[in-house]
Amino acid sequence: MSKTLVMVGTRKGCFMLESNERRQEWQLRGPYCEAWPIYHAVHDADTGAIYAAGASEWHGASIWRSLDRGETWTQSSEGLEYGNSGLKLSKVSGLTAAHGRLFAGAEMPGVFESRDGGQTWNVLSTLDGQPGSESWNDPANQPPGHLGVPAILPHPEDPARYWAIVQGIGIFETTDDGTSWTPRNHGLRADWPLENPEVGYCVHKLVMSPMDSDRLYQQNHVGMHRSDDAGLTWTEISDGLPTEFGFAAGAHPHDRDTFYVIPLDPGHGRCMPDGSAAVWRTRDAGATWQRLDDGLPQQDAHVGVLREGMAVDTHEVPGVYFGTSTGQVFASVDEGQSWREIASYLPGIASVEVAIVD
Amino acid sequence: MAELYLPSTLQPLFAGLPRRLEVDAATVDQALDRLEERWPGFRDRLCEPGPELRRHIHVYVDRERATLDTALEERSRVDVIAAISGG
Repeated sequence: MSKTLVMVGTRKGCFMLESNERRQEWQLRGPYCEAWPIYHAVHDADTGAIYAAGASEWHGASIWRSLDRGETWTQSSEGLEYGNSGLKLSKVSGLTAAHGRLFAGAEMPGVFESRDGGQTWNVLSTLDGQPGSESWNDPANQPPGHLGVPAILPHPEDPARYWAIVQGIGIFETTDDGTSWTPRNHGLRADWPLENPEVGYCVHKLVMSPMDSDRLYQQNHVGMHRSDDAGLTWTEISDGLPTEFGFAAGAHPHDRDTFYVIPLDPGHGRCMPDGSAAVWRTRDAGATWQRLDDGLPQQDAHVGVLREGMAVDTHEVPGVYFGTSTGQVFASVDEGQSWREIASYLPGIASVEVAIVD
Repeated sequence: MAELYLPSTLQPLFAGLPRRLEVDAATVDQALDRLEERWPGFRDRLCEPGPELRRHIHVYVDRERATLDTALEERSRVDVIAAISGG
């Protein structure tokens, strides 16, 4: 019988939540990765390996790997650097396994790849020459931490084609494995002056429908957006949501029109509005939205969810999972209709991913 | 041979790495190279490109704050400290 494995990256290590197909009883394991801050943990379906991007205050950034569902781990950062170019790698914030290799998005902005299961890395691109790149490493332009590449979205069929987000700048697409890039931000909104209309957009999360590689959704700093042409153009679909701000987003595995988001208060708190927790779902590609809160705390729940903090499994009736800044993991096994807390008192959660494993 | 004392945070990362060991090296930098030979990846956990010591890694040679270039004597004591950081 297959298992459902939820990988949770936290401020103090990586944790595993494991259940069977029914997803009723969950067993928690961890912390792993020597309790390093883990920004993103992912499962590689081709090899069964789990990878976790960590950055220790003492020992720097490294990628951890487990070949036994998280029981034991090794780490390597060989090649995970910009050399003496003047660029400094402070952390890896996003991991993606696709087409037999592993991608890592880094701060300062760069895309790395590994072709040997995370043992060695090389930089594929720093997106030099792209609009915005001339100033994105300028200290005057930095948020807390540093601008980086938080996510890389692969194309399901074409290994040379993928999309990278540069924080505060926008989406860039490559079709030649990182040799050249094109900004893909047409139709997005910015509530601030833009020097170049091609870039300057604050894309928080980009997801693709597993049913249709032309159907993309994004949670932006200002608004939810949908693309039906693989990112060439974007249409805002924020109407009906309580706020236009949020980080996390998830696509339904079997329905291209169903999509989940977690709207947050756009102010400094960046928590769920009014201390009342909810996930929002559209079943019609953003024309209408439903609030899903059955089983979620509705009072005094001042929780946030970060960009990699929500995941959707691929069961016939999909499960939806999210992890909070205050260390709870909530799960739904009925497409978001009802929820249950499956872990509490974890360190602050940066990422939640889910895999079905043998 | 210099005597090297390592922080406990390193041992779980490298199989067989002791807390205390002797190294034949003329500088701190060389001492780290010796350990890199035996435990590949060791240097990355203490140094950034440059190379320079990571911000929260402090090295003392005979109780004096040191850099990678600091010379080691035949019986130097080298303490590598994971400095107070985070919460």
